[in-house]
Amino acid sequence: MHELSVCLSLLEQVERIARENGAERVERILLRIGPLSGVEASLLANAYPLAAAGTVAEHAVLDIEAAPVRVGCDDCGAETEAAANRLLCGACGSHRTRLVSGDEMLLARLELHVPDVENPQSDPGSVGGDRLL
Amino acid sequence: MCETCGCNITPGNEHLVQADGKHARTADGRAAVEVLESLLGENDRQAQHNRYHFDSHGLLAVNLMSSPGAGKTSLLEATIEALGDELRIAVVEGDLETENDAERIRAKGVDAIQIATGSACHLDAHMVHDALHRLDLADVDILFIENVGNLVCPASFDLGQHRNITLLSVPEGDDKPAKYPVMFRAADLVLLTKSDLLQYLDDFDPQRAEGYLRNLASNAPFLRLSARGHGDGIAPWLDWLRAEVLEQRRRVERGETVHPDIQKEGAALHAGEGAHHRHHHAHGHDHEHGHGHGHGHGHG
Ligand SMILES: Nc1nc2c(ncn2[C@@H]2O[C@H](COP(=O)(O)OP(=O)(O)OP(=O)(O)O)[C@@H](O)[C@H]2O)c(=O)[nH]1
Ligand SMILES: [Mg+2]
Ligand SMILES: [Zn+2]
Ligand SMILES: [Zn+2]
Ligand SMILES: [Zn+2]
Repeated sequence: MHELSVCLSLLEQVERIARENGAERVERILLRIGPLSGVEASLLANAYPLAAAGTVAEHAVLDIEAAPVRVGCDDCGAETEAAANRLLCGACGSHRTRLVSGDEMLLARLELHVPDVENPQSDPGSVGGDRLL
Repeated sequence: MCETCGCNITPGNEHLVQADGKHARTADGRAAVEVLESLLGENDRQAQHNRYHFDSHGLLAVNLMSSPGAGKTSLLEATIEALGDELRIAVVEGDLETENDAERIRAKGVDAIQIATGSACHLDAHMVHDALHRLDLADVDILFIENVGNLVCPASFDLGQHRNITLLSVPEGDDKPAKYPVMFRAADLVLLTKSDLLQYLDDFDPQRAEGYLRNLASNAPFLRLSARGHGDGIAPWLDWLRAEVLEQRRRVERGETVHPDIQKEGAALHAGEGAHHRHHHAHGHDHEHGHGHGHGHGHG
């Protein structure tokens, strides 16, 4: 229900990172979202164009990767897949588990169009080297 | 979708909408940047700032969440009646359209700030920040934040509170923790409210409700309360609050703070972001603010 707020927050981050990298536009945004984050991927995708209009990410492709729900068990040490409303150990049934994955709401990766004076002939579709911030 | 559910740009987040200048260059190239930041990083930073305010005044901040009408305001009224002479209480109310809840609190002789959420369906850290600068926090032991009645959104937004309380009222049915795992997993304490109605709504099984909560690997205490005179009363809740106020004072003396249990996990998951954030966001905890209004914290 709050997907527009989430999109606005996302775009704030995207614009900042684009700016820091001297990007002209954002080509692709990859998000990783788990079912326990409280954000619905389809609603987010619907809200995105509204929020992105007029920004450097206006024409970016938004890809959303689903994160699985996984728990680690404090009793038997197993790491197993779980349902969002049943976070018990899949191996021994214990309640003493920690969530390993499934509540993420992450901006995972950005692909930017960065005008590069040292490499001016590169074609706009090609992917440049990964850069870690 | 957002327009129809009422989620929208609020006074609290509208500054996020403002676009910044873009750099126009000529040549082409494409860079892939690994980011791994929470989508709510901006909110989380503001929440951390709010928590700093709470800690610097030594007060305990508690976020109350539930579906509409589960009894949040009634519980606050009863709490003020019971603890009003013992602890200094203030309330931030996230009522959608009216001042009703804030007026009910003020009628008990306690300061209440109404957050004009307009049609928003949750509170965010920016809205709470605006509200807390309208309170004199020096005179407060417990700050209650009554969130918007909604079992979906509020759990995702850290407000800077120390503890999350989720209320489940008997008329809602005992399966709510299974249907809203995000909300119930966020709770440090779950209150089964309107327990005086259990005798009429006998298909509500408190043990089953607690079982669904335990299925979320939650260790949160599950307390049964009634804000009505003839029911279970609210004594266990008052004891929990007294203990938490003491805990908070001890933490403050040691220079420590605490997040709701769930936010700790999130922080661990995104470990390593800290340095990055500090680098880009100068609004640390050392800035001064006047207790006037509308001081915008520069973001980015
Ligand atoms: N029987 C019974 N009714 C209660 C109890 N607590 C609250 N109510 C009733 O439940 C209704 C809603 O209570 P509120 O305290 O306004 O609920 P709320 O969660 O603050 O509601 P919103 O702020 O609108 O989400 C009122 O009619 C209350 O009188 C209780 O312990 N027992
Ligand atoms: Mg209320
Ligand atoms: Zn919302
Ligand atoms: Zn196990
Ligand atoms: Zn402040």
